[in-house]
Amino acid sequence: MTGVGAAAGMLPAMPAFSREISIAEALTPVDVKLKKRMADVALNAAKGKGATYTDVRIGRYLRQVVATRENRVDNIANGESYGIGIRVIAAGSWGFAATDKMDDVSIARAAEMAVAIAKGNSKLMTEPVKLAPQKGYGEVSWKTPVEVNGFSVPIAEKVELLLGVNAAAMQAGAKYVNSNMFLVNEQKYFASSEGSYIDQDIHRIWPTFTVTKVDAAGGKFETRNALSAPMGMGYEYMRPKEDQKIKGGPVTLYKNNYDILEDVKEATAHVDEKLKAKPVQPGKYDLVLDPSHLFLTIHESVGHPTELDRVLGYEANYAGTSFLTLDKWESKKFNFGSKEVNIIADRTTPGSLGAIGYDDEGVKAGKWDIIKDGILVNYQTIRDQAHILGLKESQGCCYADSWDSIQFQRMPNVSLAPGNAALSAADMVKNVEKGIYMFGRNSYSIDQQRYNFQFSAQLAYEIKEGKIVGMLKDAAYQANTQEFWNSCVQRCDKNDYRLGGTFSDGKGQPSQVSAVSHGSPTTRFNGVSVINTGRRLG
Amino acid sequence: MAILSKEEAQAILKKVISYSKADACEVNLNGSDGGNIRYARNAVSTAGQISVMSLGVSSTFGKKTGTATINEFDDASLQKVVQRAEELARLAPENPEYMPPLGPQTYTESATFNAATAAMTPDTRAEMVGKSLSVSKAANLEAAGFLENSTRFNAMMNSKGLFAYNKGTDVSFSVTVRNQDGTGSGYVDQSFNNLDKMDTLALSKIAASKATKSAGAKAIEPGKYTVILEPLAASDILSNMFRGFDARSADEGRSFMSKKGGGTRLGEQLFSENVNIYSDPLNPELPSSTWDGDGLPVKRTQWVQNGVVKNLSYSRYWAAQKGVQPIPFNRSIVIEGGSQSLEDLIKSTEKGILVTRFWYIRSVDPQTLLLTGLTRDGTFYIENGEIKFPLKNFRFNESPVIMLNNVEALGKPVRTGSGMIPPMKIRDFTFTSLSDAV
Repeated sequence: MTGVGAAAGMLPAMPAFSREISIAEALTPVDVKLKKRMADVALNAAKGKGATYTDVRIGRYLRQVVATRENRVDNIANGESYGIGIRVIAAGSWGFAATDKMDDVSIARAAEMAVAIAKGNSKLMTEPVKLAPQKGYGEVSWKTPVEVNGFSVPIAEKVELLLGVNAAAMQAGAKYVNSNMFLVNEQKYFASSEGSYIDQDIHRIWPTFTVTKVDAAGGKFETRNALSAPMGMGYEYMRPKEDQKIKGGPVTLYKNNYDILEDVKEATAHVDEKLKAKPVQPGKYDLVLDPSHLFLTIHESVGHPTELDRVLGYEANYAGTSFLTLDKWESKKFNFGSKEVNIIADRTTPGSLGAIGYDDEGVKAGKWDIIKDGILVNYQTIRDQAHILGLKESQGCCYADSWDSIQFQRMPNVSLAPGNAALSAADMVKNVEKGIYMFGRNSYSIDQQRYNFQFSAQLAYEIKEGKIVGMLKDAAYQANTQEFWNSCVQRCDKNDYRLGGTFSDGKGQPSQVSAVSHGSPTTRFNGVSVINTGRRLG
Repeated sequence: MAILSKEEAQAILKKVISYSKADACEVNLNGSDGGNIRYARNAVSTAGQISVMSLGVSSTFGKKTGTATINEFDDASLQKVVQRAEELARLAPENPEYMPPLGPQTYTESATFNAATAAMTPDTRAEMVGKSLSVSKAANLEAAGFLENSTRFNAMMNSKGLFAYNKGTDVSFSVTVRNQDGTGSGYVDQSFNNLDKMDTLALSKIAASKATKSAGAKAIEPGKYTVILEPLAASDILSNMFRGFDARSADEGRSFMSKKGGGTRLGEQLFSENVNIYSDPLNPELPSSTWDGDGLPVKRTQWVQNGVVKNLSYSRYWAAQKGVQPIPFNRSIVIEGGSQSLEDLIKSTEKGILVTRFWYIRSVDPQTLLLTGLTRDGTFYIENGEIKFPLKNFRFNESPVIMLNNVEALGKPVRTGSGMIPPMKIRDFTFTSLSDAV
């Protein structure tokens, strides 16, 4: 599932140990030699107590939030969370312990506690942990290729930009506007008893807003959220570039550079249209889904059911299991979708939230097919599950949201490949007789095995005989995952391909968040059931 | 040592306040100590123990506030965090909604702490999980669950002399039990302040029974049905409504509590006459802190009486704008009911659907509070006062406001995630599609 943190008014979860720091402190990383020395203390202590495998994560997680409302700043936070998490296998079982006390004695004590917990847990295990082989990489490093480190940009500049966004909306007649910017920098050091010492510097950014207008006399209000995407980029995402815009349709769309001022002006005009929009007539429609909307449908209906830990039952008590059971994969002919449906998992796409050099158990980032020409061909796995699929190595999907969280299987980027034939969204619309063109994420809900879902959009336009004829309100589509993906008939080409994503995908108990992108082109689905969600209160 | 006594916390806070040079200073000191154990496929997967304490200082010059936090408590660190907050305050933009600190307040002692819960160890947790696993293994079913407990304290002090302290404990347990072929699933979820009330064996038996009884579900057409919502199911939906009892968003015209033409729906008959909702931090079944984050005393508040909206919550700022007293929101929500049990409600139903819980509830339209989501872990058809057969899960699209206008009967309230909630019999509940999920 993806968390409520997506709403512009809400803030993503912060780790428990966060403390406020200065910008200068944020820009000064921990010395890599010191990290290696601390990691060796943990590796040696765990080995001394009988661990057969150990990995150590020294994490410094920086999070900056600038939150504004109309003409004022609601919140500025610049937090750091720093500590060490040690995971071991002893007596065939996992054990984990963490501490924010970074002296040798405390680190060794945490390592010993991890071994003790592993030995304790082994009594309640049914079979010993089996790890896919992984060679040590020695001392290596990886960095998100940012042009401008978001943390180096003065907060005053961000405040000025966001207050400018709010002013633009208010001038255009908005009643209320919230705008926020979230920055994340994960400075992660991974070391294992197999000889890896991996230093990584990972950056993410998410600007967003919500514009609200109220029709007091009619007792109605409407909102429109930003059509930005959270990205694995630096502050360069905030610098608009004309060649990264798609214009000509009812909405201006953005690729790898965002124009927040332009988007908020359009949003404010859209809210007026939403207040006057025609209620949707329930029925079957051909849907043309923009990547700013489709990413979340991919996330929920393809990303989550192909997580192998869900398939196996490890998430049964919270997020749920999956309809994509192993027998369907083993058959090599489970018809997940039409031949148009090619879904690729990766941790390498530049600018994506899932891009890393190595995962949180030291496996190099890769790329693989999940759905090939409509057929289920693979899942998402980590080292202790790879053997179940007969894989000789992990696919590198392990992640923990903090040094004090236990790493487990999390979603890589899961994306719908673009079509090979040249096709723009405008040309796709021309062939639709009775359809709805949807942009931006809104309400989303899916069952615990990922069969039945319901989604709505920020903007829904009616298509009649190849032309966009006006805006619709109260439109949501309901479908069965397999039927929906089998109704996929056409994809736009690579020029239309864009990333969407979420900053706060929730999973696990205690719950952890992760950030993930989903790429797609504008895509057409035929004959999908659309309901009207309008109601009246007495 | 993450749990400080009132005196220990007061001593640290006094010291911090003494370092302040700002016009106003507020200090919060919080700590928690607890652990968890997780299991799936009838075996333990992970376990952890965590202990944290942190101190936050908010310093204000004029209407400019800066906040800094720290997790070290020696004198030098405490001085440093105050200086950092003051530096940030000088750099901060003016907050037009700043409210000066409250003076000293009087609070009633809360009943949130329980010594048995505070004394829980990893062994206690493993033993409780062992009981749960014994149920699933004996019945050849598969269990996945989570048990967590914590002891926490919160203390605050400000430069006007306000001091507040609360200490509490929580233990929560949930388990999903499924049959081997994945055609049946049952669930329970329970939390208490008091460990003695938590019976993982009895709860796991309920989940196991639902797993067995829900196998072989039949499909019936979606549509409008009379439903009997178990307290957990009712709570899943209604927890999405309680946060809407906020005066500001209603006054601003962007809430289901907004009145056509402006203002709020305070005083209006918004629900059936048999709907009464209040919160009370001293409720012995659901105790909570007797002060809120602003230091305001939290008292019993009637939100809905005989279906009429009696109160909305007002922040200090919004109350000052509107010339009323601030009313803090409180989590200890009670929906009053009768004396009937869930079984009594089933017996009195000619045709209906029994819902164990809902899942993945999301807002569809904040204006009408329309929500969508699905039934999960045990949905049954009722005919002539008896459970006849298990049903395939449904997706619903329904508003809790409409739901509370269609109340046929309310049973005896029990503690669930979001309050003391009765089982409910509701007519014309809207299911819009079927799901194959188990």
